[in-house]
Amino acid sequence: MAGWLAVGQFLAVALVLALTHRPLGDYLAHAYSSKKDLAPERGVYRMLGVAPRSEQTWQSYLRSVLVFSALGVLALYLLQRLQPLLPASLGLPAVPEGLAFNTAVSFVTNTNWQSYSPEATMGYAVQAAGLAVQNFLSAAVGLCVAMTLVRGFAGRGAQTIGNFWVDLTRSVTRVLLPGAALGALVLLLGGVIQNFNGFTDVGTLAGGTQSIPGGPVATQEAIKLLGTNGGGFFNANSAHPFENPNAFTSLVSVLLMLIIPFSLPRTFGTMLGDRRQGYAILAAMAGIFIVSLAAMTAFEFAAADGPAGSMEGKETRFGIAGSTLFGSTSTLTSTGAVNSMHDSFGALGGMMAMLNIMLGEIAPGGVGSGLYGMLVLAVVAAFVSGLLVGRSPEYVGKKIGPQEIKLACLYVLTMPALVLAGTSLSFALPGIRTDIEETSMLNEGQHGFSEVLYAFTSAANNNGSAFAGLSANTPWLNTALALAMLLGRFLPIIFVLALAGTLAAQGRVPVTAGTLPTHRPQSVLMLSGVTVLVTALTFFPVLALGPLAEGLI
Amino acid sequence: MTMFRSTARQFAVAAKALALFTLLLGIAYPLLATAAAQTAAGHLANGSPVSAGGNITGSALLGQSFTDDSGAALPQWFQSRPGTYDGAVSGGSNLGPSSTELAEALEERRQAVAGLESVPAADVPADALTASASGLDPHISPEYAYLQAARVAQARELPEPAVRALVDTAVQGRIAGFMGEPTVNVLELNMALRELDN
Repeated sequence: MAGWLAVGQFLAVALVLALTHRPLGDYLAHAYSSKKDLAPERGVYRMLGVAPRSEQTWQSYLRSVLVFSALGVLALYLLQRLQPLLPASLGLPAVPEGLAFNTAVSFVTNTNWQSYSPEATMGYAVQAAGLAVQNFLSAAVGLCVAMTLVRGFAGRGAQTIGNFWVDLTRSVTRVLLPGAALGALVLLLGGVIQNFNGFTDVGTLAGGTQSIPGGPVATQEAIKLLGTNGGGFFNANSAHPFENPNAFTSLVSVLLMLIIPFSLPRTFGTMLGDRRQGYAILAAMAGIFIVSLAAMTAFEFAAADGPAGSMEGKETRFGIAGSTLFGSTSTLTSTGAVNSMHDSFGALGGMMAMLNIMLGEIAPGGVGSGLYGMLVLAVVAAFVSGLLVGRSPEYVGKKIGPQEIKLACLYVLTMPALVLAGTSLSFALPGIRTDIEETSMLNEGQHGFSEVLYAFTSAANNNGSAFAGLSANTPWLNTALALAMLLGRFLPIIFVLALAGTLAAQGRVPVTAGTLPTHRPQSVLMLSGVTVLVTALTFFPVLALGPLAEGLI
Repeated sequence: MTMFRSTARQFAVAAKALALFTLLLGIAYPLLATAAAQTAAGHLANGSPVSAGGNITGSALLGQSFTDDSGAALPQWFQSRPGTYDGAVSGGSNLGPSSTELAEALEERRQAVAGLESVPAADVPADALTASASGLDPHISPEYAYLQAARVAQARELPEPAVRALVDTAVQGRIAGFMGEPTVNVLELNMALRELDN
């Protein structure tokens, strides 16, 4: 019974996505190709002093991305340090240096890893004017970078890949702000709070007292999900009844996380002028999503035979199926929001959350980052297929030469290097290991190891979810995880922009009888296979030390 | 030199863009939305408060504790899931599946609930034993609510069928028949119980 209802909730989400895929995908394609500016956009360009029809080379585009993000980190850091001077800060003190740095990096990189407990750390000014602003802007940067790669594939002998300031502005005005406002309205009507009341003490029914929190939650929640950010207004994130009051708002949350990432393959196909290529990417994403969701759900239902009935760290209103649908979605996108505590999942259910992130968040992945991650893997898959059949590798009319495959490989290698180096150093450096084991790990043994592995996996992939028993507010973890987030976000962006530049400069190879098609079922299987194999080979040993060992003993 | 000058120009543009978007997204958006929400749906925007006798006694969305100061269950109330229900903090235990601390806590709670309700330990449902993800879960399962009806009736010297009838009306099914799980809101059930008793 419960299993069939789980399928029902999934089908409801799938139905809405099937209905929005085409119109939203085409809308996005138009938003990023249109030569017309809306009146408010023209105002923005005038204030910024930007000529909206001028285009940038990939190097110039990259400089804009990096400069804008660096300033974002600096501004968010200062805002937290100056918290006592800001209005509506609930009397909270300045955020300590290490934590403020980690948090600034975390929100600018679209990670939203939280080493802090929001209720006791962040006032409304920092939340709304700092953290939520980066929820919008980091998601916008992801969309911008994805669009340059699409233009790279679609372009012919072009020296430029777009204008960052135009892409950024349109991401806000045409996509994220209208989407978030609509999402906030639906969440509010579902019961999510929206006020600046602070904490109110009330006398409870049984004669005690309870402190009831307030906050501008609906507006922040909407962009947290729509921008695949994930940083909760409250410590319990989307498990908190004020962020996610019922099963309806939970399904809306799942939809908000998936709606843009699952529309972007259509945008790719439309801008390329070959929609079949978009459907192939979509099919690979959807296939991995469904298999992974089914596995996590099956593992958690199987774990319900244990003494905790699989309910430790889960909310009654969501149950097992509502928790795994949310958890899978959150880790297969780059969101990292939780409506249940992954740390208390069964060993194998928890491993699925980690494995989802290790796949590189491409099924469907974060806003923008999911599409560019999957397209890089498509380049690798096309290269491997080309070698297998002995043809010069091509993907959607572009030659995959040494330069292209080098950039794709660098992209693919960055994240595992960060995850494995960070986790190994945490246990290999003697002083650090003591600190990790005595201060940071909540659980012991393999599960404690998994907490650290999950943290670096989450940081390097800009996910932000956690095995949250880990106390990460220590000098080592604040610093190492911040580095993992920075490198895990911006190294891949550098490689993608460089790839976009080289692809745009190429002409288009005409389709001949010798062209290996990339839109057929076998190429979808090839792409899915390459994705899963790369991940499995890279991470199997380390998973064997953590969740596999815990689940099989 | 051109690269330096171009980067310096990019800094100026970036600073202006950041300031502009902070005004729009960080100040105007939440303030306008709050004003609209407070006007159009103040009850929801303020956390669905519930009141008894003119005083606000909590939120329909947040669970409450029905224990004495030492944490022992007050028998005249339906009990929430284990936890402290402090609204100023939130979160779960984060104890993993192989945690001995969790295993001991589960066993201890199982014996306590079985003793309180005078039922075999095997009949205690999972939500009665486990901490939620938020620490503020307002709900319990219908099974756990029915399990408590006899004890509550006895403590209040009410007829058991009347208390069970209260639970019947308190059970909320899945939304639209397929979303989420059937639940009982403990605070609302206890408020109805108090009304019945008066």
